[in-house]
Amino acid sequence: MQFLSQLQIGQRAIISAIEAEESLFHRLSALGFRVGKPLRIIRRANFNGPLHVRLGTTDVILRSAEASRIQISALSI
Amino acid sequence: MKRIALLGMPNTGKSTLFNRISGASARVGNWPGITVDLMSAKILIGGHIAELIDLPGIYDLHGFSDDEQVVRHFLANNAVDLVIVLLNSSQIDRQLSLVLQIKKLNLPAVLALNMADEAKQSGITIDTNSLAKDLQMPVMQISAKYGDGLPKAIQAATQIINQNNPASDPQLISKLLEDDNQIEHEMESLIQHHVQIPATLTDNTTDKIDQILLHKWFGLPIFFAAMFVLFQFIFTAGKPLQDGLAWLLALVRSSLLEPLFTSSPAWLHGLMLDGIYNGVATVAAFVPIIVLFFLVMSMVEDSGYLSRAAFLMDALMAKMGLDGRGFVMMLMGFGCNVPALMGTRIMRSRPMRLLTMLVIPLSLCSARLQVFIFMITALFTAKQAPIILFSLYVMSFFTMFLTAVLFQGRYKNSEPFILELPPYRFPTARQIILRGWQEVKHFLIRASKFIVIGVVLVWALTNFPSNVPPASIGTFAGQIGALFAPLLDPLGINNQLAIALIFGFVAKEIVVGALAVIYGLQGDALMAQMATQIDWVQAMSFMLFTLIYTPCLSTIATLKSESKSSAFMWLSIAWSLALAWVVSFIFYQSARWLGY
Ligand SMILES: Nc1nc2c(ncn2[C@@H]2O[C@H](COP(=O)(O)OP(=O)(O)O)[C@@H](O)[C@H]2O)c(=O)[nH]1
Repeated sequence: MQFLSQLQIGQRAIISAIEAEESLFHRLSALGFRVGKPLRIIRRANFNGPLHVRLGTTDVILRSAEASRIQISALSI
Repeated sequence: MKRIALLGMPNTGKSTLFNRISGASARVGNWPGITVDLMSAKILIGGHIAELIDLPGIYDLHGFSDDEQVVRHFLANNAVDLVIVLLNSSQIDRQLSLVLQIKKLNLPAVLALNMADEAKQSGITIDTNSLAKDLQMPVMQISAKYGDGLPKAIQAATQIINQNNPASDPQLISKLLEDDNQIEHEMESLIQHHVQIPATLTDNTTDKIDQILLHKWFGLPIFFAAMFVLFQFIFTAGKPLQDGLAWLLALVRSSLLEPLFTSSPAWLHGLMLDGIYNGVATVAAFVPIIVLFFLVMSMVEDSGYLSRAAFLMDALMAKMGLDGRGFVMMLMGFGCNVPALMGTRIMRSRPMRLLTMLVIPLSLCSARLQVFIFMITALFTAKQAPIILFSLYVMSFFTMFLTAVLFQGRYKNSEPFILELPPYRFPTARQIILRGWQEVKHFLIRASKFIVIGVVLVWALTNFPSNVPPASIGTFAGQIGALFAPLLDPLGINNQLAIALIFGFVAKEIVVGALAVIYGLQGDALMAQMATQIDWVQAMSFMLFTLIYTPCLSTIATLKSESKSSAFMWLSIAWSLALAWVVSFIFYQSARWLGY
């Protein structure tokens, strides 16, 4: 089991589960975080700052704390 | 009258569209069921007068943020004849959910897919005709920024309005809002059938710019350097304009107003010329710089760079119990604290909102900027000026950070930080000017209201009782100043400056006007006079105090209404006054001790 927060920069992955309370879940899904969606990490900010994630046509920034609520399965290519 | 609501996710171009349709006729209004103000405008559509309302940008009708509740309450309390749903064409794959939610409510709607220009560049094609058929509502692609497709969208809206169907029933809406689901599935299938999105977007300019501006190590230095250059630009470009205007205003006085009032009684002459005209003219001379400031700020705001600043700063902000959005609000506060305070509505966690609202009033707003430019020009050389100004900005950040660090224990929170990163956009000249003009109009209304009343009051206080010399210790102003002397003397703030500070509590725009009235002088003469009365250490101490103590009554009122707590408002006032005193005291005493 792997979380979005552990994904390498540039690596692609598919969302396999989202574990979050209702309000966060809502927020994530409104921004495009849904099970089965592909995504990848573009960059991380310094000093354990937020992640810059690309989902389809949307770019989103979020902290690792929130990223660790999102389970993914990394794609090898 | 018909009612049309404009609805969409944040950053889809709602304000751009609203401004385009409404021209400059927009006004702020109150609505049943909600406490915040919404922008609305009267427009003529198909022979009907309709009211167009700009609802706050939301992700979801069922979310929990303040804005989402505002929209829900609006729809559940006000009948509407048409909803224009605005989406970003490039993000239709996730934004379509909002349309489906509106459709579930059986609201008459048209769907406008904005930013057609960007979608085209990215290679996204949308079959609007077939999508319209499946959605059973008119669908068109538009570009609010450039105006493409707008006539067709208006035509579709006109058709619906002209059908004269009964407006929505708020009670029914309120019931329907309570249940829905299954939208997920419907959305997927619609996207699959009608939209083609290439696997990787063809336009990667934003990526290239981001590689530099969001660089691991250079990102932050570039950001601060960019801000410094912008302020430098405002100052250098604004100075000649300001000088020109000041010269013109002095000319009006000497060649028009002086002759006009020569035969009127002394008190009227004094009130009109030394009171109102001196005060207002001194403030008016700063308008060019304020205009430039807002033009530049609105350009930065529209470009998408502010969200990048949030990304770069979030790690640091987290250490202070805030987040990247808080940083953006702090930057917005450099324009005006009031909208920045209202902007904290996007935060759901109350502790974080309060903490952010506690720091925002410390950001160096444009009204204080005007006081500083005045003092700096009077007491420092042109070479020193930008450095002094920059150090005040640094000081502003420092006090904000200090406040956040000290209070973060009181306002603990666990708000998630998730933010969308829009592509870079270059605003059109029309957008910049319209936006800048709105800000300036706002500034002028606020300023004129307070300034005229303020300067008249200052004039009265410094000229009565009339048996003592104006502005001397015997006048009311002198007595008030003497009352505060034990508190302000240790800061190097003399009686005259103390009066200006007291009035500055109402609005910082009054401070400079008040000084003009107190000294009975204007423009260069006023500056020269000030330079003989105080030295640079006193000036700096005065500026530090002005920077940190309560910005203005509007800010206080906003603090109270946004926090819904008088205790919080008083905390903010007390904290800023105490901090201002301590900082000025330390500065003034140590500068004197060092022999300056
Ligand atoms: N390329 C492009 N940009 C647009 C268009 N409409 C709006 N924008 C830009 O999108 C950004 C957000 O617009 P704004 O009206 O502030 O969005 P709001 O948050 O929905 O009110 C601004 O930078 C606009 O200039 C459009 O049709 N095409």
